[in-house]
Amino acid sequence: MAKMKNLYYRNIEGTSPGYWGLLGALALMIVAGLGAAYYMEHHGHIVTGMSNQVVWGLPHVFAIFLIVAASGALNVASIGTVFGKQPYQPVGRFSALLAMALLIGGLIVLVLDLGRPDRLIVAMTKYNFKSIFAWNIFLYTGFLAIVGFYLWAMMDRMVGKYYKPAGVVAFVWRLILTTGTGSIFGFLVAREAYDAAILAPLFIIMSFAFGLAIFLLLIMGIYGATDRELSDSVLRRWKNLLGVFVAAVLLLVVIYHLYKLYITRTHGIESFILLNGGVYTSLFWIGQILIGALLPLFIIFTKLGHSRFWIAIASVAVIVGGIAQLYVIIIGGQVYPLPLFPGMAASSSFSDGVVAHYAPSLPEFLLGMGGVAIALLAVLFVVKVLDILPESLGDAVLNPPAAS
Amino acid sequence: MSDNKSLQSSRREFLGKSAVAGAALAAAGSGLVLTRMAEARAPDQPVSNKVRWGLLVDAARCVDGCTDCVTACHEENGIEQSGHAETDPQWMRKVELKDERTGYQLSLPMMCQHCETAPCADVCPTGASFIRADGIALVDRHICIGCRYCMMACPYKARSFEHETVTKQKPHAPRGKGTVEACTMCVHRVDSERLPACVEACAAAGHNAIMFGDLKDPNSEIARKMASEPSRAMRADLKLNPGVRYQGV
Repeated sequence: MAKMKNLYYRNIEGTSPGYWGLLGALALMIVAGLGAAYYMEHHGHIVTGMSNQVVWGLPHVFAIFLIVAASGALNVASIGTVFGKQPYQPVGRFSALLAMALLIGGLIVLVLDLGRPDRLIVAMTKYNFKSIFAWNIFLYTGFLAIVGFYLWAMMDRMVGKYYKPAGVVAFVWRLILTTGTGSIFGFLVAREAYDAAILAPLFIIMSFAFGLAIFLLLIMGIYGATDRELSDSVLRRWKNLLGVFVAAVLLLVVIYHLYKLYITRTHGIESFILLNGGVYTSLFWIGQILIGALLPLFIIFTKLGHSRFWIAIASVAVIVGGIAQLYVIIIGGQVYPLPLFPGMAASSSFSDGVVAHYAPSLPEFLLGMGGVAIALLAVLFVVKVLDILPESLGDAVLNPPAAS
Repeated sequence: MSDNKSLQSSRREFLGKSAVAGAALAAAGSGLVLTRMAEARAPDQPVSNKVRWGLLVDAARCVDGCTDCVTACHEENGIEQSGHAETDPQWMRKVELKDERTGYQLSLPMMCQHCETAPCADVCPTGASFIRADGIALVDRHICIGCRYCMMACPYKARSFEHETVTKQKPHAPRGKGTVEACTMCVHRVDSERLPACVEACAAAGHNAIMFGDLKDPNSEIARKMASEPSRAMRADLKLNPGVRYQGV
């Protein structure tokens, strides 16, 4: 890492009632999430909104959001290490920590939503290597190990010489990881909403946007709450980068839908998502496109983007839009009937030929929010006990005058 | 006395000969049974890929409104409906179809299609979903973690997830909350040389719309019928080579 003047890392004090109150609230959310998971396992998935038609519900939306955002949160560190951009290097530690915390939160939700979470050891010992899920088990655990080492290399001079290679490996690994997550859906031939390899790069770009939005919110929140300096000019660079990512997501979404619209066979699913799918159409246009893409783009690339308040609004909009997008992909893709008998209208006792009903239940929501809370609690606790964050992210640190 | 003696001796002789004859008969009988058993496959013998079990469904014979196959399947495998239509398991279902352009209507049973290259087995992370050597798709309920990825992948929507505690399981059809299940082609019956319950029920109703047999044996009735009459796989475009084929669709 290039040596930077005036760069000192120091843990946050974390003694204020606000800090402990926040930690307490997050702990309560975690308890509620674990309680919900126990309730779901005890009674079975009958207490959720899931069914034999919609087999993955709201917990998957949360879990996949967190997992996708995790790899994206690492981007900030990667840009600093792999591409040598100095203003990104001081926040590399925080970026890596956030990535690990989000992944752990997402994985916990994913595991607790299994029909048999008690058999996690089976998933760890028996592999079918043709399964993308099986690869993902390695990609996720590998990510934690590699990013853990990368973080260590950033914090400890003893292993500091591995900083660059660790950063490169982590960067490549996170790209493969999100490719794997997107391919869970992209490589499914059965359902018309999936079965498109473009879902893998789409998920990668989504991860860039979601991860950076969460990163920006947390950095602004923590630096605001601890009265540490945060450079406006650097913040503007970061929010512009967020704008580029959001625009790229929008581009891939347009290509995905043009592709599906061009093919007559998939006109049914397209008119369902884009025109007459009720809540899914609303979530697509209002949630994903308006709130998740157009609003942040407007904020970021107009004068509003000079205000921290509006950058925060844009980041929140990207997160809300991202959850809407994953809801449309995951749930919307399942409720639409399978093309089992092309050219025939089908009906049966097993919901053939009809749009399935799904309404998320409270336990599902609590489990998902529990995962979010685990990630946030981990981040807020670790920045208190370890020297993760620079004392200052002011211009003197991030953008030192050229003369110095 | 001597008469008596000779009578006794002849009786003894008769008894002795009878015993020998009986033993011989018994031996011959048990020999027959053993031969049959050897043909069937002993429980500790591996399943052979020399056979591929399959079904041929004739939709023209399948009677609209008749659900005898479904009832028999669910009874055979201990599947009870709790009244939660969206979450109750259905290993088999009747689908009513109507051609969108011509209005032609038909009905047919849908269940696991026992694909050769099954998407469920491809995506299963632990290998719990697998295809037996004789072509029957099964779920190993001991290593199914309940991730439901197979249900996302199955193009036939043939699988059910156990959303509730299961009661009244049958010993031959182990099932449990939190795992995925589907038609086993009544593997327990097949292994003891009996017909799947749906096939038997359809025949009992006089419809004979479902035929069971070895697709690899060119002399089997099912193979001869498939060779001489048109039949097709559902979603043939996916090239999954299912073990279940349909006629009259």
